[in-house]
Amino acid sequence: MSEIEQAAAAQPVVPAWEYAPAPEATDIVKLKDTYGLFIGGEFVEPKSGRTFPTISPATEEELANVAEAGAEDVALAVEAARSAHDHHWRDLPGAERAKYLYRIARQLQERAREFAVLESMNGGKPIKESRDVDIPLAAAHFFYYAGWADKLEYAFPHVQARPVGVAGQIIPWNFPLLMAAWKLAPALAAGNTAVLKPAETTPLTALLLAEVIQDADLPPGVVNIVTGAGETGAALVDAPVDKIAFTGSTEVGKAIQRATAGTGRRLTLELGGKAANIVFEDAAVDQAVEGVINGIFFNQGHVCCAGSRLLVQEPVYDELLGKLKDRLGTLRVGDPLDKNTDVGAINSRAQLEKIGELVASGVEEGAFMYQPPCELPERGFWFVPTLFTGVSQSHRIAREEIFGPVLSIMTFRTPEEAVEKANNTPYGLSAGVWTEKGSRILWMAERLRAGVVWANTFNRFDPSSPFGGYKESGFGREGGRHGLEPYLQLEGRP
Amino acid sequence: MSDERLDVRRTAKLFIGGAFPRSESGRSMEVRGAGGALLAHAARASRKDLRNAVRAARAAQPGWAAATAYNRGQVLYRVAELMEGRRAQFEAELADSGAADPPRGVSAAIDRWVWYAGWADKLTQVLGSTNPVAGPYFNFSVLEPTGVVGIVAPPDQALLGLVSRLAPAIVSGNAAVVLASEQHPLPAVSLGEVLATSDVPGGVVNILTGRTAELVPWLVGHMDVNGVDLTGCPADLAAEAEATAAENVKRVHRGPATDPFDARARSPYEITAFTETKTVWHPIGA
Repeated sequence: MSEIEQAAAAQPVVPAWEYAPAPEATDIVKLKDTYGLFIGGEFVEPKSGRTFPTISPATEEELANVAEAGAEDVALAVEAARSAHDHHWRDLPGAERAKYLYRIARQLQERAREFAVLESMNGGKPIKESRDVDIPLAAAHFFYYAGWADKLEYAFPHVQARPVGVAGQIIPWNFPLLMAAWKLAPALAAGNTAVLKPAETTPLTALLLAEVIQDADLPPGVVNIVTGAGETGAALVDAPVDKIAFTGSTEVGKAIQRATAGTGRRLTLELGGKAANIVFEDAAVDQAVEGVINGIFFNQGHVCCAGSRLLVQEPVYDELLGKLKDRLGTLRVGDPLDKNTDVGAINSRAQLEKIGELVASGVEEGAFMYQPPCELPERGFWFVPTLFTGVSQSHRIAREEIFGPVLSIMTFRTPEEAVEKANNTPYGLSAGVWTEKGSRILWMAERLRAGVVWANTFNRFDPSSPFGGYKESGFGREGGRHGLEPYLQLEGRP
Repeated sequence: MSDERLDVRRTAKLFIGGAFPRSESGRSMEVRGAGGALLAHAARASRKDLRNAVRAARAAQPGWAAATAYNRGQVLYRVAELMEGRRAQFEAELADSGAADPPRGVSAAIDRWVWYAGWADKLTQVLGSTNPVAGPYFNFSVLEPTGVVGIVAPPDQALLGLVSRLAPAIVSGNAAVVLASEQHPLPAVSLGEVLATSDVPGGVVNILTGRTAELVPWLVGHMDVNGVDLTGCPADLAAEAEATAAENVKRVHRGPATDPFDARARSPYEITAFTETKTVWHPIGA
């Protein structure tokens, strides 16, 4: 061992860094005390007479009160959407619809900072993610689909493409504004009107989007936003809408598929996942480590396509595990508004309890848990980034979606075994492959039963790139030309 | 001495895994022609037969999907070739079923196989994409088969109706379990005999004859079926069938209401009803 190597060996592998706080200012966000429902272009009091508080999961402080839409409110929103569709929007030339969507995209860009801060306040995600991922992608989505509005005959040649009508859209709490954009942009571009229900824990950026929609002079009723919890969502599913688009858990997705059975209404579902991230022995290990970390700790692991199962080829297991543990120790967990934060707050107490319960099951079932030393804030909902080794395929932590910062690590020997294990799940949303061998990437990509395969990268999203699941991860695609199809009726030309 | 010869009648059997079993239940059902004459005792498939058919389909599907698109196209074209050679039989069966213009029905069914055969190696070119993402990544989307598809064939148009559902389902690489028209199952039985000799690998298409109302709940409830085409599902069963299909998030599809003779009844979107779009990302870098 040379002197330099000896000196290096004596040092801790990862030096301890101290970071000064770098909080993003919140004065750019002007919160109201109470938010009404956005129906027919106006904020209105709920007929239900009910409101609920929405909080910051990082501090548990109440941010605002939000209206809870009852069945009567949902019915009014659907009526407003129906009227806007039948009397105006569907007959508007595509080029004009496009211009409204371009306006919305531009305003999101102009007010990006405000949206990013509010997203992190209400949802708990690190500001660097809301600033660099959520908000820019939401704007990009509107911009992308704006351009399709007057080109539908090129998207679907030789058929007549007509809007479906009124879309009921139910979105989750993990990417609140981005999911609203994924739902609204293609629906509106295709000539539909919409009733959007944000998740009950993260309604605020959708309500700020309603202001943008007003400022863009979007005709009243084209977009309606009804806040509330599961009951509001169920009311929307039961309402006379022509199409339901849902992103959320597989359990609720199945309930919606049952509820819409026999009604002839269109349905797309983007549901849960249990993605395998597969690292071969010839992978660029440092890049793979970053990809694995990003794959599971991005957005606290509140990602349906998170790489929650790591499959490592045996020869590289020790090296990769060591590096993962080192990297885990450098993750900065805490204040979502701090620009240095890597892992923010868990979105809600209920989600924190669910993560805790599944992690406990991992320990009980005999897997080995590793958590780095990590100081958590006193208030708010937090979970230490966690690895499990010694995981077998039958463990709950290998089968069930945890939706938190918890990685289950398994090994494999041959590519065939990796495919077998990766596909051994009812889910099929995404998968990751890490290898320097091109032919193996394509071989794996062909065999992985998942809607998105990231090779030597992970968790990349783009409005032009179709996203959606195989098997019980749902059906239908969002993004790209493919993302228009769920919002169109395609009929053969006579 | 008479030169009259007694004809040799066919036993109408199921088609499962490339073989022609009777129903394991030992049951059969009378098939009568438009005039009421007895045509056959067709097998009356049971739940167990259906499960065997799904198992055969699952076993055959990966190999069929892995065949080159060129190969699948040729196999579907071969089905058309062999149907052409058995026109007289199909026409007679359609006539027995009371169909209006049997020669036209058989021609349209053959042509439909040819039309879909040609899609095998064009589908991803037309409906897949490379996607210009805002970053240094190569990103493309391809279409892949959904897996095992259950088909409730239309009760009328016993040949063209069935082919219009089956050909788009299998051309992309799916395997199918078909519930044939309950009233007019014989064209489906004959189609199975054509498929068995058309280089369609055993198990890629499985055809069950029997009582639709008895078999539909088992088909839509089977956890190893990935999608169902309910075009021929009776209205009184449809809502419950769709609800049951939700148990494993099956893709549920109905073909166009258009007359199957109409050219609009055939469409690449009938193929994509049972395909999945897969998107692959890879970084670009020196």
